Amino acid sequence: MPIPVTMPALSPTMTEGRLAAWRKREGDAVSPGDVIAEIETDKATMELEAVDGGTLGKIVVPAGSAGVKVNDVIAMILEEGEDAAALAKTPAKKVAPAPAPAVAQPVDAPKAQPAAPRADGSARAFASPLARKLAKDAGVDLNSLTGSGPGGRIVQRDVAVLQVAPAQAKAPAVPPMAAEAGTLLPHNNIRRITAERLTEAWRTIPHIYLTADCVIDELMRARANLNERAGDLYKLSVNDFVIRAVAFALRKVPEMNAQYSAAGTLQLSSVDVAVAVALKNGLITPIIRRADQKGLAEISTEMRALAEKAKAGKLMPEEYQGGGFSISNLGMFGVKQFNAIVNPPQAGILAVGAGEPRAVVRDGAVVVATVMTCTLSCDHRVVDGATGARFLSAVRGFLEEPMTMLL
Amino acid sequence: MADRYDLLVVGGGPGGYVAAIRAAQLGMKAVVVEAEHLGGICLNWGCIPTKALLRSSEIFHLLQHLDEFGFSADNIRFDMGKVVARSRKVAKKLSLGVAHLLKKNKVTVIDGRGRLSGPGTLAVEKDGRIVAELQAPHIVLATGARARQLPGLEADGERIWTYREAMVPAALPKSLLIVGSGAIGIEFASFYRSMGAEVTVVELLDRILPVEDEEISDLAAKAFRKQGMTLLTSSKVTSVKKTSDGISAVLATPEGERKIDVEKVISAVGIVGNVENLGLEAAGVKVEKTHVVANDFGETGVKGIYAIGDLVGPPWLAHKASHEGVVCVEHIAGKHPHAMDKSAIPGCTYSMPQVASVGLTEARARADGREVRVGRFPYAGNGKAIALGEAEGLVKTVFDAKTGEFLGAHMIGAEVTELIQGYVVAKTHETTAEALAETIFPHPTLSEMMHESVLDVLGKRIHF
Repeated sequence: MPIPVTMPALSPTMTEGRLAAWRKREGDAVSPGDVIAEIETDKATMELEAVDGGTLGKIVVPAGSAGVKVNDVIAMILEEGEDAAALAKTPAKKVAPAPAPAVAQPVDAPKAQPAAPRADGSARAFASPLARKLAKDAGVDLNSLTGSGPGGRIVQRDVAVLQVAPAQAKAPAVPPMAAEAGTLLPHNNIRRITAERLTEAWRTIPHIYLTADCVIDELMRARANLNERAGDLYKLSVNDFVIRAVAFALRKVPEMNAQYSAAGTLQLSSVDVAVAVALKNGLITPIIRRADQKGLAEISTEMRALAEKAKAGKLMPEEYQGGGFSISNLGMFGVKQFNAIVNPPQAGILAVGAGEPRAVVRDGAVVVATVMTCTLSCDHRVVDGATGARFLSAVRGFLEEPMTMLL
Repeated sequence: MADRYDLLVVGGGPGGYVAAIRAAQLGMKAVVVEAEHLGGICLNWGCIPTKALLRSSEIFHLLQHLDEFGFSADNIRFDMGKVVARSRKVAKKLSLGVAHLLKKNKVTVIDGRGRLSGPGTLAVEKDGRIVAELQAPHIVLATGARARQLPGLEADGERIWTYREAMVPAALPKSLLIVGSGAIGIEFASFYRSMGAEVTVVELLDRILPVEDEEISDLAAKAFRKQGMTLLTSSKVTSVKKTSDGISAVLATPEGERKIDVEKVISAVGIVGNVENLGLEAAGVKVEKTHVVANDFGETGVKGIYAIGDLVGPPWLAHKASHEGVVCVEHIAGKHPHAMDKSAIPGCTYSMPQVASVGLTEARARADGREVRVGRFPYAGNGKAIALGEAEGLVKTVFDAKTGEFLGAHMIGAEVTELIQGYVVAKTHETTAEALAETIFPHPTLSEMMHESVLDVLGKRIHF
């Protein structure tokens, strides 16, 4: 029997993907592990490896097809000794009647819904007992998770860093575009997911905003000083200092490093800072993991690498999924101040404006200082005003006296 | 002209030789440079020979309780020379076994002391001469650790011993002062006490076996005192003086100063890493508190130089070193291994009674801010333990109250060092109380206590 190759679920939120390119042609020999196609997922382009060996008998879904549902057959592999005639006997579209997640169930459907087949084709989600318990408590479907344990097993950390998937198919249908003058540009996956996420966040999260002006003359001096000595080793940006300041502040005010869910507040144990990177066609937030344990040079180098990968669309899911807090910096565009939307399930995001000379009052006299305005947006369900204020004040303290970040 | 290899390992202990074999399995041309004997301290002067000694003391103990089992014998004596000779024979056999394993895996063994002599280069010294120069893109340092010397209590090999001399006594000392009550100190205390020596243990902290759960420390102290050991906690040695037939020591105890005369002293006050003469400084490898600084994969921050095992710090355990060796080499080979889960490293003390543990102690879990539930099951409630004549001991388990996550297990009693592995598997696989409760344990075994302790957490304990 020819072996069907199906559209894999490459990330927790993925229900459909775009088949970007085929790397093998019909008739090519395929060994397990060979990259046969490129799939564009929610936010990145991933390589699809063959699980079975043989000959690529038939490409069912041509390259460039968008909206290919997870588990749809995209190609058929012929086993050794099989000829192309065998293809005629196999069903063309679906392997198994996979339950389509968004379709309404019949009223008398059994209570337990069959789990969606995993990427590897098996029906059972491999998960540790603890991961099962945590997922159950949080009301999360294990099949929506990607395992990072041995053999892809879902373990505690996979549930702990979980991005709660936006509720699907709840949003009212968008009315069809009126026939107006102009060109309709179809959404890519990044635009679609960004739109879903932001709408969800805006609708469900009560935001509060706290703004502080930070005097960063000392920071600028420290930065110039460090960069002068760096040679080619590193080049620190103001944002690298902001990442470190945020990481330290999260450690100082751990209540900010939390996530709201109906079941309770998840207090995160590690300090993972996400940083928004603008792409040509949307936005992505790669993550500096354990940023509180990294020095400026390390943060800077890592951030640079992540931003480059992000722009090339090559970020791996683990590089942008999770994170406890986000930073969005529009300073380089000369923006003075703005309010950002919280990136769920995180509890906060810091909107950073441009550092610019402004008149400030010091000891009763007006002097010129470099000032950068930062606005913290909080999920008010988990972060009280006072908590947010303590956090913002810690960030400002670290930015204004960068020496204290050496401790 | 330097010889070129894929991977060099400095040190042939349980970290180094395992790393080299794993490297060979992955197709690398690997070398072990060892200055003394393959198998390292573990095999030659640690884990293995002490287990041989303790086996002798267990047998001696049993012989003294023959009546309980329906036997009688007169004139039971031992020959310390033979006891030690057996221990050495066991160590020798296993060391030769390691040589065989390395040969079988086509790992080159070079006799001498390795020293980083330039980027990717290792010089091997033997008797003050450089006998070889080796090159490889990856150099794994696994030189281990040694006993810490306490100022004023420096081992002289005669009357003040470290583990080395304590392992090869010419005769049984009449009396012994053991300084330090970690696993090493307690194992020697147990061995010498069982063989008949007067044993006094001095511990600076407020309990013996201080890394273990407090409840287990207390039970161990009770058992040892019952055997006639003197345990002085919150105490320290303030001075030692050599006398005509031994050592006269002054101890500071909470009850005041105390003078004690003993034949020998064993110093077991901790471990320092073997970081000297490795060329670390010139290579730019960072050393903190006598240990090399390395990440989860053994990377030191200097390209091509890795460090594993006792050299990188606690816990100073052979199984931790071996695991680090494997992870390091697989990482080098691009196999993306998982970093070692440090919360799941078991620890064992082979005294009588034995002590074994894995994961968080109850106090540690509470200090971490967790709401915990604790299960207990005593040896007195276990059929197999009673049949064995080993009805003293405890199996204690610690779980997260909210999620049921298995956090740790702490055991004292017969064979717990063999039993603990069941809990280590449970920990590594992230089990919960519910999942363990559903597991079937064979009857009659000591392992049933491991089940009952978990059932206790759920309020379902049956046999006590």
